[in-house]
Amino acid sequence: MHISEGILSAPVLFGGASLAVAGTLIGLKKLDLDRIMEVSMLTATFFVASLIHVPLGPASIHLVLNGLLGIMIGWACFPAIVVGLLMQAVFFQYGGLLVLGVNAVNIAFPAVLCFYLVRPLLAAAKTRPLAGFIAGSGSILLSSISMALSLAFTDIGFLATAKITVLANIPIMVIEGFITMFVVSFIGRVHPELLWGAAK
Amino acid sequence: MKFETFSTADSFLQRLDPRVKLLSSLALIVVIALCTTFAAACGGLSVALLLVLAAKLELKLVIRRLLLVNGFVLFLWLTLPLTYPGTAAFTLGPLDFSREGIMLAALISIKTNGTVLVLISLLATSSVAALGQALVKLKVPAKLCLLLLFSYRYIFVIHQEYLRLVRAARLRCFKAGTNLHTYRTTGYLFGMTLVKSHHRAHRVRQAMVLRGFQGQFHSLYDSSVGKTEIGFALLMLTAVAALIGLELLSRISS
Repeated sequence: MHISEGILSAPVLFGGASLAVAGTLIGLKKLDLDRIMEVSMLTATFFVASLIHVPLGPASIHLVLNGLLGIMIGWACFPAIVVGLLMQAVFFQYGGLLVLGVNAVNIAFPAVLCFYLVRPLLAAAKTRPLAGFIAGSGSILLSSISMALSLAFTDIGFLATAKITVLANIPIMVIEGFITMFVVSFIGRVHPELLWGAAK
Repeated sequence: MKFETFSTADSFLQRLDPRVKLLSSLALIVVIALCTTFAAACGGLSVALLLVLAAKLELKLVIRRLLLVNGFVLFLWLTLPLTYPGTAAFTLGPLDFSREGIMLAALISIKTNGTVLVLISLLATSSVAALGQALVKLKVPAKLCLLLLFSYRYIFVIHQEYLRLVRAARLRCFKAGTNLHTYRTTGYLFGMTLVKSHHRAHRVRQAMVLRGFQGQFHSLYDSSVGKTEIGFALLMLTAVAALIGLELLSRISS
């Protein structure tokens, strides 16, 4: 899900960075000090999710679960994702510093969208699995499209590469959809208040 | 699982104040990311290589890390020469390899690897705890710094907790494969991890409130900006200025 440093053009990089700063400030404003531990713990948990590999044929993919994070904490997912990406850059050198803004927007914006569009479906136990699937696969679909757009806006010659990126993400969409669905229905049975307790 | 592979070596770069390292790496990375000529990109890569040498890291580990992060670059090498519009450099059967595509992929490879080496030598040589404190001192919004420091603190705990659940599943003969059963099991294990971390957050918060937490995270690290830091900052500033000069000169001459 990362774009490496050194690929995107200045307007895309700075545009992404300003959007990421705006999103992070909104997220921090909605996050009061009382909930900081809760959101930090979720940030750590979703960082751990990115270390979980599930097999896909002969290869394996790692989880992103940004849709799940979005429906759980709404706008606060922006700072959480920025922090997660920063730690990935320091630990594993994935992504970079300047491109962090673009990557954060690509991952966090679909998550916030899920919060507004999918969350109403979460309330009823009947539509909950559906909500989970839509959030999980929809956020990966939107993330890969927005990643493709960042490439295409940089240089129209990247268009074919960008299209391949979206196609390559289709199996991930299906897997993330199912896993998010199972997580949501599990939490819905075990600890339902966790699904909306953290968001405000 | 070990995350901070590079922060344990001992050199003057590890001991340098993380604020200086953070700002220098940001400046270097911005220049490397924005340059469009081979001269400046190669210049950036050489600065990064010198920094890695100065950090006295195990080269084997650095090379292994470089191979891992070059996945996206490899993907660009596979697609760009075939799809980027331009004149054909050479033709292989029905495939045209465009000259512009190859040049672009080469430029990106140099820039990406330069950035990764800067990240390794300047950021990965500090622990995230030290970087978090540096961000506090640099007046980054306090809540963001707390988020970084707290989540860093608990990643390892939660990872252990998840691995314990995986071990329990393995003892019950769970084998991961490409099937719905695997996705359901992973979903439930992660769901359980979420529930556990929710409870942990609650307990930790209560403990912190009891001890009078008011939004400050005091650190035992005490680093200050001394002569070494100022010298290093000046050196980095010179390098950045030289790279900008190189970029402008080669843009004019081409």
